Amino acid sequence: MSILLMVSRAGAGSVICASYGETDLSTQAEHSSTNRRDFLFVATGAVGAVGAAAVVWPLINQLNPDASTLALASIQYDVGPIAEGQSVTIMWRGLPVFVRHRTAAEISEAQAVPLSDLKDPETDEARTKPGHEQWLIMIANCTHLGCIPVGESGDFDGWFCPCHGSHYDSAGRIRRGPAPKNLVVPPYEFLSDTLVQIG
Amino acid sequence: MSEHSTYVPGNAVEKWLDDRLPVVRFAKEHLMDFPTPKNLNYWWTFGAILVMCLGVQIVTGIILAMHYTPNVAMAFDSVEHIRRNVNGGRIIQATHAVGASMFFIALYIHMFRGLFYGSYKAPREILWILGVVIFLLTTATAFMGYILPWGQMSFWGATVISNIFTAIPVLGESIKQLVLGGFAVGNPTLNRFFSLHYLLPFIIAAVVALHIWALHVPGNNNPVGVDVKDSRDTVPFHPYYTMKDLYGMVLFMIPFAWFVFFAPDILGHPDNYIMANAQVTPAHIVPEWYLLPFYTILRAIDFNVLFIDSKLGGVIAMGGAMLMLLIVPWLDTSKVRSGVFRPMFKWFFALFAINFVGLMYLGAQPAEGIYTVLAKVCTGYYFLYFLVILPVLSRIETPKPLPTSISESVLGKNAHA
Repeated sequence: MSILLMVSRAGAGSVICASYGETDLSTQAEHSSTNRRDFLFVATGAVGAVGAAAVVWPLINQLNPDASTLALASIQYDVGPIAEGQSVTIMWRGLPVFVRHRTAAEISEAQAVPLSDLKDPETDEARTKPGHEQWLIMIANCTHLGCIPVGESGDFDGWFCPCHGSHYDSAGRIRRGPAPKNLVVPPYEFLSDTLVQIG
Repeated sequence: MSEHSTYVPGNAVEKWLDDRLPVVRFAKEHLMDFPTPKNLNYWWTFGAILVMCLGVQIVTGIILAMHYTPNVAMAFDSVEHIRRNVNGGRIIQATHAVGASMFFIALYIHMFRGLFYGSYKAPREILWILGVVIFLLTTATAFMGYILPWGQMSFWGATVISNIFTAIPVLGESIKQLVLGGFAVGNPTLNRFFSLHYLLPFIIAAVVALHIWALHVPGNNNPVGVDVKDSRDTVPFHPYYTMKDLYGMVLFMIPFAWFVFFAPDILGHPDNYIMANAQVTPAHIVPEWYLLPFYTILRAIDFNVLFIDSKLGGVIAMGGAMLMLLIVPWLDTSKVRSGVFRPMFKWFFALFAINFVGLMYLGAQPAEGIYTVLAKVCTGYYFLYFLVILPVLSRIETPKPLPTSISESVLGKNAHA
């Protein structure tokens, strides 16, 4: 602020000097700490800055996901044909999503894990829908850097990410490796016994 | 060093031009008469080689853009179209792809040259910082260029690197979506990366102009690192260094041409000849070789530090490893520039260079077993070198006596030979 004021005073002085000579037009106001010219200078600068920001914003905002991308926000999928022990990968919003029909052994193994063993504590119940515990639906990108983990592998009977070595258990929870979070469960609901709406 | 103009306009037209736009005078001062230390060795030719590399990438890149289609459905095929159908496209595409690798070979040699001979020390800090900026811009450009063929490595490389943004607390996911233009890498991503990949080389060229400007204020450093004292220490840039640089370029073009003509794909990854598939990750995601050292540092942090989780920690380490270069002039406070006269520095520097190659090797290995341990060790030394070894050596090391002038060091060497 003080720099602005200094510049404005120097500017005022030089203009006056060039045309009439400084002393002739210097008034009491121009020698006080702020004056009319300073106010106009700051006010113009402020309006200019707001205007520039208003112009720049759409230039940045165009980078955000467009309407056609956002339109894919919700899909329906029939999980009926997936046999026990089988997984499929479907696409939702351009992201791959795992739908796994878990075996009874996998479910009980996941439920038996004490929360204190977990890096990102979350119960198996919180990651599935009541009455549909056999269905595990998760975004298939490793929470580390987005690779797709390999199913039915790793040291915890779940998923293993080959990129940087993260191990997930049979509920898709991070157990070892650099990933910070469990595999993300997208918002979804069962519309009927087998029809799922994701998003 | 601006008082060395010997330019006298030769005729009335040159005089007329010189009074209005003195480009001839400028060229004569900076490209011909510029006083250059007479002891520069071949490590100093890489600056000119890099200018050549940038030129090759721009020319071949503009041509490729005439035949390439930045659309997820057509990008992969359009690159194959260039390689198979376009007249001479096989060579032009290979020159651009191999050219990126050759660019980085020259860039790393140029940077290690600067690190060994202390070219970052006063009064060349800005020159060095501009060089680091060029390095960062080139890295970004190369990364975006690698996305364009839309192969498996293109796609998954982009996915992994863009997920780095999600390590940023709170705003991470929004920033990632802003960068990608979607929830995952897709057509908007490919489009904007193509646009930026075309733009950035011209920004690099502008920073190169500043880099050379900053070079021509203090003049070149040199292998003994003592300042130029009088005109006996220098020779005019032309013809002495124009010819030496040209010879360096010719030598550099031999392996370049070998790769282009006989092994255009050897530096790439076979997975990138499979079209991008959002549902299958390649078994090992490996970036291009020139990014491997920093990729290793990213992966090496697989443990939490206080409130910083492993992911954010890895990103901070990788970013820090690159940005560290910006402050090297203030970490190494030794008054002696050239590593030749620093008996202890020499060994730590050699170890640093080996360590860098080690990091590069480890980046291509799977993240398991002994490799993760070695990655931590090498990452540790990388930071130790800059943050501890350089500042401490500056204080405890006794350098060897310096020659009193460049001229004396050159004559002395001849006398012993």
